[in-house]
Amino acid sequence: MACFIVPVTEAVVVTIVDRVIQKMDKNLDTVEAKEEKQEGKIMPEGKSYIRKKLRWLSTMLWGGSFLLAFEHVWHGEVTPWFPFLTAASNPADKAEMLYEMSTSGVAMAVFVTTIWGVMVLVSRVLERKAVKIMLDVK
Amino acid sequence: MTLLITMFAAIVCTIIWYKNAPEDPWKTSILCLTFWGASLMWLVDGIVEYMEMGAEFFAPAPLDMLNDLFLGFSVVALGLILWLVVLFIKDPQNIIKGVLLRGGTNSQ
Repeated sequence: MACFIVPVTEAVVVTIVDRVIQKMDKNLDTVEAKEEKQEGKIMPEGKSYIRKKLRWLSTMLWGGSFLLAFEHVWHGEVTPWFPFLTAASNPADKAEMLYEMSTSGVAMAVFVTTIWGVMVLVSRVLERKAVKIMLDVK
Repeated sequence: MTLLITMFAAIVCTIIWYKNAPEDPWKTSILCLTFWGASLMWLVDGIVEYMEMGAEFFAPAPLDMLNDLFLGFSVVALGLILWLVVLFIKDPQNIIKGVLLRGGTNSQ
């Protein structure tokens, strides 16, 4: 009914976090950045590494929920006029919609985020292995 | 049916991306992530439906299947349009800029 709203909300949050990191990256002066790198607070690739990985999540969430929203339009559950969600027009449907959002919607957001977490973990392991091989060769 | 079509689109896009990796001249990574995102969401939707309906979930009515087939193809088309818009805006290989500049030179 409106399960896509939950991933959209997460996408908005992820995009805001991405923008904040971008701003922080610009504000960091080189001395501070070097200190952080030496202390191991940020990865050698810098905060742009985290941003790159966050982009994966935000693209999956925005793209996925956009296509899901289209499916809802197709089934007549979303309309271009107020209240936009057909289920929001009567209390019984509204309760069902909220239930679906709290079950399917939350499950979708959690599942996509979990898969993203696995992707980040695997890529990190592969990158470290590649760096190790390169250092061994040298 | 929609889940299957989207998942196949995601697999094909991933193969194309892998073929060109690590370069991504056509920004196929955006298309991959979009289709995978949608597939994962529909997978959850499918699991919830299966939990409610049981085995009946795998035997949809022919008319529903046809409708889902149309929806699946429409979703893929919309995903491709979305990707084209992003590709033209980002224009990673400066193709659009080149075409516009050449057009400008010809018109003078």
